[in-house]
Amino acid sequence: MEKELIRLDNIVMHFGGTEVLNCLNLHIRDREFLTMLGPSGCGKTTTLRIIGGFVTPSSGRVLFDGVDITELPPHKREVNTVFQKYALFTHLDVFENIAFGLRLRKVGDADCKRRVGEMLELVNLRGYDNRTVSSLSGGEQQRVAIARALVLHPKVLLLDEPLGALDLKLRKEMQLELKKIQQHLGITFVYVTHDQEEALTMSDTIVVMNRGEIQQIGSPTDIYNEPKNAFVADFIGESNIIDARMEKDYVVRFAGSRFECLDAGFTENEDIDVVVRPEDVDILSPGAGQLEGIVESSIFKGVHYEMIIRTRDFSFLVQSTDNQEIGREVSLLITPDAIHCMKKSPRPHGKEGGEEDA
Amino acid sequence: MKFFKRLSYVYSVLIFLFLYAPIVVLIVYSFNSEKSRAKWGGLTLDWYRALFSNSEIMRALSTTVTIALLSSVIAVVIGTMAAVGIYNMRRRSKMAVMSLAYLPMLNADIVTGVSLLLIFSALGLRLGYFTLLLAHVTFNIPYVILSVMPKLKQLDPNLYEAAQDLGAPPATAFFRVVMPEISPGIVTGFLLAFTMSIDDFVISFFTTGSGVSTLSIMIYSMARRGIKPEINALSAIMFIVVLSLLLIINLRSANDAKRSDSRPVSAGARASSR
Amino acid sequence: MRKRRTSLLALPFTIYALIFIAAPLLLIVVYSFCVSPQNGVTLTLEHYKKFFDFSNPVYLQVLWRSIYIAVISTAICLLLGYPMAYILSKLRPGLRQVLSVLFVLPMWMNFLLRTYSWMSLLEKTGLINSFLEAINLPAFNIMYTQWAIVLGNVYNFLPFMILPIYNVLIKIDQSVIEAAQDLGADSMKVFGRVILPLSLGGVASGISMTFMPAVTTFVISKLLGGGQNALIGDLIEKQFKTTGNWGFGSAMSVIIMVLILLAMNFTSSYEKDREEGGQLL
Repeated sequence: MEKELIRLDNIVMHFGGTEVLNCLNLHIRDREFLTMLGPSGCGKTTTLRIIGGFVTPSSGRVLFDGVDITELPPHKREVNTVFQKYALFTHLDVFENIAFGLRLRKVGDADCKRRVGEMLELVNLRGYDNRTVSSLSGGEQQRVAIARALVLHPKVLLLDEPLGALDLKLRKEMQLELKKIQQHLGITFVYVTHDQEEALTMSDTIVVMNRGEIQQIGSPTDIYNEPKNAFVADFIGESNIIDARMEKDYVVRFAGSRFECLDAGFTENEDIDVVVRPEDVDILSPGAGQLEGIVESSIFKGVHYEMIIRTRDFSFLVQSTDNQEIGREVSLLITPDAIHCMKKSPRPHGKEGGEEDA
Repeated sequence: MKFFKRLSYVYSVLIFLFLYAPIVVLIVYSFNSEKSRAKWGGLTLDWYRALFSNSEIMRALSTTVTIALLSSVIAVVIGTMAAVGIYNMRRRSKMAVMSLAYLPMLNADIVTGVSLLLIFSALGLRLGYFTLLLAHVTFNIPYVILSVMPKLKQLDPNLYEAAQDLGAPPATAFFRVVMPEISPGIVTGFLLAFTMSIDDFVISFFTTGSGVSTLSIMIYSMARRGIKPEINALSAIMFIVVLSLLLIINLRSANDAKRSDSRPVSAGARASSR
Repeated sequence: MRKRRTSLLALPFTIYALIFIAAPLLLIVVYSFCVSPQNGVTLTLEHYKKFFDFSNPVYLQVLWRSIYIAVISTAICLLLGYPMAYILSKLRPGLRQVLSVLFVLPMWMNFLLRTYSWMSLLEKTGLINSFLEAINLPAFNIMYTQWAIVLGNVYNFLPFMILPIYNVLIKIDQSVIEAAQDLGADSMKVFGRVILPLSLGGVASGISMTFMPAVTTFVISKLLGGGQNALIGDLIEKQFKTTGNWGFGSAMSVIIMVLILLAMNFTSSYEKDREEGGQLL
């Protein structure tokens, strides 16, 4: 993997009396697509603004390529930002918006023209030079904002929920396009979102945050398959989170039964959380599995059916391509590799998913 | 940075001094026992007493206040109806009527005053209380429309339909549902019209006849031969009144702002509709 | 159908406005072309000829003086008002609200009284000179000069300059300023390249809101300027209140309207730009 480019060292941030970031440590590597993911108020945007230089942390250091830039004002930093609501300059046309940074650096007219042209090409806005920004659609404004930030060839591009205001279809298109641009330019993207699907689609690395603390850092597959705690499990994808007791290594008890699992290293009889993904639960005919239950509801979701199956102690969310009639008695099988044991941790409050915004 | 802060502080103080100096002078003189404004003769409340027994000033005051009240009430009725009507017009007629409404605001007061003088004489109206009232209604209506219009635009268009859907006939729907929503705008419009009317001099000057004076007209006629100290007392009282009026208006609009903040849904809808 | 019926509510106003807004303005134009409009209609260009008589340019001189004084007053208002509006816009919201009320407050005090009060401040034996004398400084005699009119204009119309600029400044999105910093602008450049251009709409309305009353005033010139410094407003007032030459007065009113239209045309192109821009979020 590439070398480290940005390091956040013990960052603490207070606003008034409230602590927004609590001793945050993070490093960002060159050329990676890193996403900070979490519910609103988790501190992800503040972290981004600290990297951009718009706020100074209460304590801690920001290193860029080994140099301390904690006190450096934004206009001297080698990073550029795509703002949540674009923040385009309404008094300038598309060309001048993109050329803004070049003009400040006294780039000559010919050079300016060439570089803005390249950018317009890159974001598929050729011929838009003289349009006013207010005549553009949301998606087009978005592209101008990206071009304006990229034209300065920053080493790092910061993106603050840039797709939040777009409709679902456009958002999906832009996700792919952003990923393409990042790979084409070979620069670092630091991306902030509350949309887990967006994070899973685009990122090399995901940083899951909650209440000013990092919950987990890892690749999308790591985060999805091996969530470190119940918060991450619940925030990323859907899951059954069940109170459990670790009877001993490789044996866990939950939902009124004893299960084999692959985890070890807990103290004996420790109270833990068990996470089971809905697609990892198998439905068998009565008596054939480990837990007996009744199908309470079933909803067709397009590719699969989503069912709630009530057992004696717990109602499981189960996804399967085969539908089961409501009221039918079934048996559930949960194999050891489907059981993720984790230490107790706070659950997310008011989970924000892509659904609400769509 | 600190230097800049201090500089802007000093600057603000100087501007405030400039704006308030004449007002302070007036108020201070209202307590001056000496009749001439060149000398300070010690504190007195005589002018406040004299003010209320000066029939000329009292007559002007009552003309000013009754004209302001009557013209604002009439303007509120006509203006609110007009705003609702204009709001429901089609684009082109809307534009036409709106520009007609804004003409007196855009035009110079002296031109408005003169033009009203011409129409009154062309219609054979004798200049006096009635023409003064008509003139004030004319320049007050635009302020009412201007205050009510934004409230109508903020209105959820389905609100009126919802009321009707629930069985309210159009008039009931309007008074029970639309009115309460736009009433802050109506009140603001009334207060604005009232103060504009109180403060007006130029238009009144051209549209009133002999014997009917507002305070402004009386002060104007006095100004060059020296103003009676009672007027200083009156101005001190008026300052307090205006201050409280302004406070009321601002508390209202602050409340409005709070209320519209608590409607993120409609704000979001507006943002996404573009 | 229902919408149409509701729109009839505007009918009383429309009729009222046609009689008391549209017709009077039309009358002014008609009267300006009449010999003596009080006694019937005989068309003539006499009034305009009289005004634009280059061999005897008394009236043109008055017009020129009015424009000159109004331009100077407006410029001073802009120079004083912009920094004030900027300072106000940078305050935290609570304090900002209070201070902007304080700025409006003098404006709503009877404007004749305030102007009259300047008389007592500026007089030869007035407060300012007594004060200057007390600290052994030379007297400051601008009463009954053009500068007294300029001062009266600036005093009365400064809030008209500050408020529109302030209103535009507080609406500038903080993220736009951050975007400019992000792209490499230091605070001077942020101001010059973003804040100033974005506030031009407010400057334009401020200019038209101060220039118009300044160019048409007759009260300030009469009270502070004395007899020698008559403005176009004084001339109009005289035609209607003393001389009784309504035709000539109307002609000068038309000239003033044209002047204002020209000034507004100049500034409104900016304002329209900004309105469009303002809709962007």
